[in-house]
Amino acid sequence: MNVHEYQGKEILRKYGVATPRGVPCFSVADADAAARELGGKVWVVKAQIHAGGRGKGGGVKVAKSLDEVHQFATAILGMTLVTHQTGPEGRLVKRLLVEEGADIRKELYVGMVVDRATQRVTLMASSEGGMEIEEVAAHSPEKIYKVAIDPDAGLTDAQADDVAGKIGVPAPLFPEARKFMHGLYRAFVECDASLAEINPLILTGDGKVLALDAKINFDANALFRHPDIVAMRDLDEEDPAEVEASKFDLAYISLNGNIGCLVNGAGLAMATMDTIKLFGAEPANFLDVGGGATTQKVTEAFKLMLKNPAVKGILVNIFGGIMRCDTIAEGVIAAAKEVKLSVPLVVRMKGTNEEIGKQMLKTSGLPIISADNMAEAAQKIVAAVAGK
Amino acid sequence: MSILIDKNTKVMTQGITGKTGAFHTRLCRDYANGKACFVAGVNPNKAGENFEGIPIFGSVKDAKERTGATVSVIYVPPPFAASAIDEAVDAGLDLVICITEGVPVRDMIATRKRMSGKKTLLIGPNCPGVITPDEIKIGIMPGHIHKKGRIGVVSRSGTLTYEAVGQLTELGLGQSTCVGIGGDPVNGMKHLDVMKLFNDDPGTDAVIMVGEIGGDDEETCARWMKDHMKKPVIGFIAGVTAPPGKRMGHAGAIISGGKGTAQEKLAVMEECGIKVTRNPAEMGKLLKSVL
Repeated sequence: MNVHEYQGKEILRKYGVATPRGVPCFSVADADAAARELGGKVWVVKAQIHAGGRGKGGGVKVAKSLDEVHQFATAILGMTLVTHQTGPEGRLVKRLLVEEGADIRKELYVGMVVDRATQRVTLMASSEGGMEIEEVAAHSPEKIYKVAIDPDAGLTDAQADDVAGKIGVPAPLFPEARKFMHGLYRAFVECDASLAEINPLILTGDGKVLALDAKINFDANALFRHPDIVAMRDLDEEDPAEVEASKFDLAYISLNGNIGCLVNGAGLAMATMDTIKLFGAEPANFLDVGGGATTQKVTEAFKLMLKNPAVKGILVNIFGGIMRCDTIAEGVIAAAKEVKLSVPLVVRMKGTNEEIGKQMLKTSGLPIISADNMAEAAQKIVAAVAGK
Repeated sequence: MSILIDKNTKVMTQGITGKTGAFHTRLCRDYANGKACFVAGVNPNKAGENFEGIPIFGSVKDAKERTGATVSVIYVPPPFAASAIDEAVDAGLDLVICITEGVPVRDMIATRKRMSGKKTLLIGPNCPGVITPDEIKIGIMPGHIHKKGRIGVVSRSGTLTYEAVGQLTELGLGQSTCVGIGGDPVNGMKHLDVMKLFNDDPGTDAVIMVGEIGGDDEETCARWMKDHMKKPVIGFIAGVTAPPGKRMGHAGAIISGGKGTAQEKLAVMEECGIKVTRNPAEMGKLLKSVL
């Protein structure tokens, strides 16, 4: 799960991480009031969407007067912000963060991830703040420092100082930097984060170490421990189809093709998408109905896929295993009838009572095409959609 | 021959009285030598009772001492799964297979750290389990699609593993042992750990390795195999069409920071001399061609 920058900063402040003072705003009037309340001479008006690259897309502006705050807030709120992470359709800006301006002397990068190889939380830091870390990794990997953190010992002062020195924090600021890194690590662990990026982390003219931006993702498996974080979820930032799917315990991801796929199991679902591509078409979605593909789940899955106007055909691939194919066939037939299916449907089922299941599909009176294996199923749906 | 488990293995079920644990313990008990293999259940609140004749103990330690079980399979709910693994490790079991899906990563980081220096091996979490066909099945895979034989299968996925096994069986190629290592980012045995066992197993002639996007376990395994693997291996990686930054069902199946793509994995595997296919319907055929 993702949160907005202002929410990430709220969380970090609870753990002693310093950030510029700021106020989340939902209207231009909010922004005017926030700027007056913050005081000072410089403010930053920042679009709040769950995507990076906001500055380049025109979603972050530095205002040097209250008039400018008003002007920028008016321009940014309600704009469709397009960044390299939003896709060409962009994202509607509904929230702003108005912050006090900061006297930036140096921009650095500090991030944390769970490293699979060491099976530990890893601190990543670089002197190249403000750039995307992937770019730094590609062009000057020697400028990225990594420290794997022992879960029992936590981040040590020695590790924090070592990293601070390597990324160019001057020695007198080590205590500030240490406080920052300890706070970030505690926030990461205690909130069950899966990724945290502070880019940039800044050193200011008056000797502060501040998180100027904050991106935090949380482990979906651990949200049961964090009702406060769940409350931060902003459904406007998520794909409506994916939100709808999660209500029915379906794992769904929208893609750009025109063949809907309904599969049980994540690995098999990906493999099914790959097979469609192998035979020259593109999948419209990833959809894992999970272990118990009940009639209700299959029906909801059909409805979801068909809400996408791009879908011109559906491929169902179920490896029944313990589930019986006649049960699956029953679900597919009921779902196809309920949604009055009007696009070609290819079904491949494998498992117990396979023949009975196939017979049921055949005698259902529905235009369902059966296939014996994945490749045949993919070829048949690709051909059906192409009108062959 | 086989790896990890065989007909003489003694197993306990942690979470035997829950819906999933009860359902699958029944199916496992009814498979091949299961009746002799599944000797105990664990539930701290139901010690002294039994599950359809299988005695329930209050702790893993008790179950081990009283029945000689050396392997455990875990079905307890996600918030308690990591501590169930800890208990099995502390009791000194040889192998723990954690089926539970949805275990928080932070819990697994702590558990993996506790396991360092201990002898216990871990498969999972979020995995289908391990089966040595016609001998013993520990987990949620459908027993009937398997056939006894000499091909090893190792995979991060569940149903895609069944797909690979189904293809082998249809071609008349039986399996020595099939291991589903699971789709989580922080877990127990990796492709490499299982591959080493297959390499040393006189009962395994060749191996199917099924991977998916995310991480670099497949690459690590491939680089080791280049110099050490004595048997033919074929591979498939799911997720060629997966977009970056989107978690494809499994917590570990995500392309992040431009790393962990299927193309990259397939390229490294090919460089290391592993035959790969981009058509998952042909895993079995490809394996047959390298025998």
